Amino acid sequence: MFCQHAIAVKNLDATPPNHAEIAALVKADRVHTSLYTSAELFELELERIFSKTWVWVAHVSELPESGSFKTTEIATQPVIVVRDRKGEVRTLLNRCRHRAATVCEQRKGKTNSFVCPYHGWGYALDGSLRGVPHPESYADQLDKTELGLVQLRTEQYAGMIFATFNPDIEPLSDYLGAAKKWIDLFMKQGAGYPVKTGPAHRFRFPGNWKIQLENTTDGYHFPVVHRSFLSSVNKQTEEMLNFVGGSGYVEDLGNGHSVMVMIPELVDLEANLDAPIPERFLELAEALRQDHDEPQVRRIVRAVGGSGFNLNIFPNIACSMAFFRVLQPLSVNETEIHHAVITMDGGPDIANQARLRMHEHFQGPMGFGTPDDSEAWERVQRGATAGDNLWIMLNRGLAGEQPTADGLRSDVSAETGMRAAYQMWKKLMTENS
Amino acid sequence: MEASNAVLFSAITLINLEGDLLDQGDFNAWLALWQPDGLYVIPIDPQETDFKNSLNYAYDDHQMRMKRVHRLDSGESISTTPRARTLRTLSRFRLLEADEHQVVVRCAQSLWEHRKGNSRHYAADVTYHLLPQGSQWLIQQKTIRLINGDDVLHSIGYIL
Repeated sequence: MFCQHAIAVKNLDATPPNHAEIAALVKADRVHTSLYTSAELFELELERIFSKTWVWVAHVSELPESGSFKTTEIATQPVIVVRDRKGEVRTLLNRCRHRAATVCEQRKGKTNSFVCPYHGWGYALDGSLRGVPHPESYADQLDKTELGLVQLRTEQYAGMIFATFNPDIEPLSDYLGAAKKWIDLFMKQGAGYPVKTGPAHRFRFPGNWKIQLENTTDGYHFPVVHRSFLSSVNKQTEEMLNFVGGSGYVEDLGNGHSVMVMIPELVDLEANLDAPIPERFLELAEALRQDHDEPQVRRIVRAVGGSGFNLNIFPNIACSMAFFRVLQPLSVNETEIHHAVITMDGGPDIANQARLRMHEHFQGPMGFGTPDDSEAWERVQRGATAGDNLWIMLNRGLAGEQPTADGLRSDVSAETGMRAAYQMWKKLMTENS
Repeated sequence: MEASNAVLFSAITLINLEGDLLDQGDFNAWLALWQPDGLYVIPIDPQETDFKNSLNYAYDDHQMRMKRVHRLDSGESISTTPRARTLRTLSRFRLLEADEHQVVVRCAQSLWEHRKGNSRHYAADVTYHLLPQGSQWLIQQKTIRLINGDDVLHSIGYIL
């Protein structure tokens, strides 16, 4: 059958696509399917996106004191994020400078140093090479100052720690731009206590990372994919989550970032404290009243419910209602996702327990939401192998899109956030290095 | 010795029945095996003991168990329609505690799932807290400690 939407583009062949060819794959209202399926584009993404821009690596609560560390990956490269003796957070390549073995395989912990298990080279928390066993064999041919663990530029905003391989990139603060005020709003779910993250549900799905990136700014799928979740919550919560067609919106915030406001009255968790407490939290509120005054009860209860928006920060992190969504590309058709829970550090146990139970209800491999998302993403990847020159349509909400101070805005189920991410993809993939 | 063997035999009979009901998809019969205030829990960290204050894969009271069963039966969920086929074997039963109030048994579970052309294996230590209720025993707690629980998983669209 002839498909009217098919637009001829050159099939990617063995030679790397040039900038014009890559640019032709991203149009204002659609992207070419090869963005999901081309191994060659994936390799270029590692080089031009994940090695060029700011990538989220940790939240400060994961590194509470000197010596605290976590290991993670920036795309396919293993790194250590550590707080050094002076309190500075550093991101180090997890690779001994001698013969490349990883120097740490624990996911998190506290240490005084990193010692390579292969030949015993020892590194300080700041990455400097402290000593090697039996140095006499090198005579004076080992310059330890040159052989510290490779360090990445690391900066943070509101507790969100990002690293980059690119020494020339703009400061993180500028890169985040208009996303910063949304990060500030998101952190209000601490209800006055420090926001604490971890642990996470970690799972993989057989699909391209951008399918998941899109999903965080896709309000349209919610009532369809999450029918089963919606049947498992009370009527009031179901109505609150029935936001497609409501007054929410999606806004392009620049640099590929976007926000999807599903529940406008839950944008600022410290506002509307006089609003009625939702039925599902009445019991919690009553229990909190034993130790807290009414304004604080309301502040905590509102925080427990989470923010009414998803903030998608290009390329790998989202502040998604009540948790951090971290994505990690593994190959063109495999992606790892972490859904890290957020609690109030030192907050009331009953409030944090409510957060934990809400997270378990929707997220993770046995949640009532995530597996259905994962199934949909898997089907996108499988379906994307059909056809030759077909496109992924991203024109929803284009008609009503209006400029704002920060970028562009359209309705809550618009694909504005996806268009924002793909324009950033195009910019980075076609920039002269 | 004979008395504890009899207790263990009764426990194994219930545990095997539970496994068979789950593999056969007889979920309403499965729900009836539980104490109303029983807890079905799958921690992330197999060493975890404070489930209430930790993030788990599942922390199901009676209401959540009913909702989980509804999710498997309702046809509303694309990840459970069609439902994965599962086949589990339970073995290495060890009686950890037994008195008139409670029987605690730990065993090994080896489960294969198959769905849409893919088979996957999950191995777990499972601990059952069982409550004798007259001639019938009910499950007070089932704790499933996946050997890879603190690693990366894939969607699990059934009841472990």
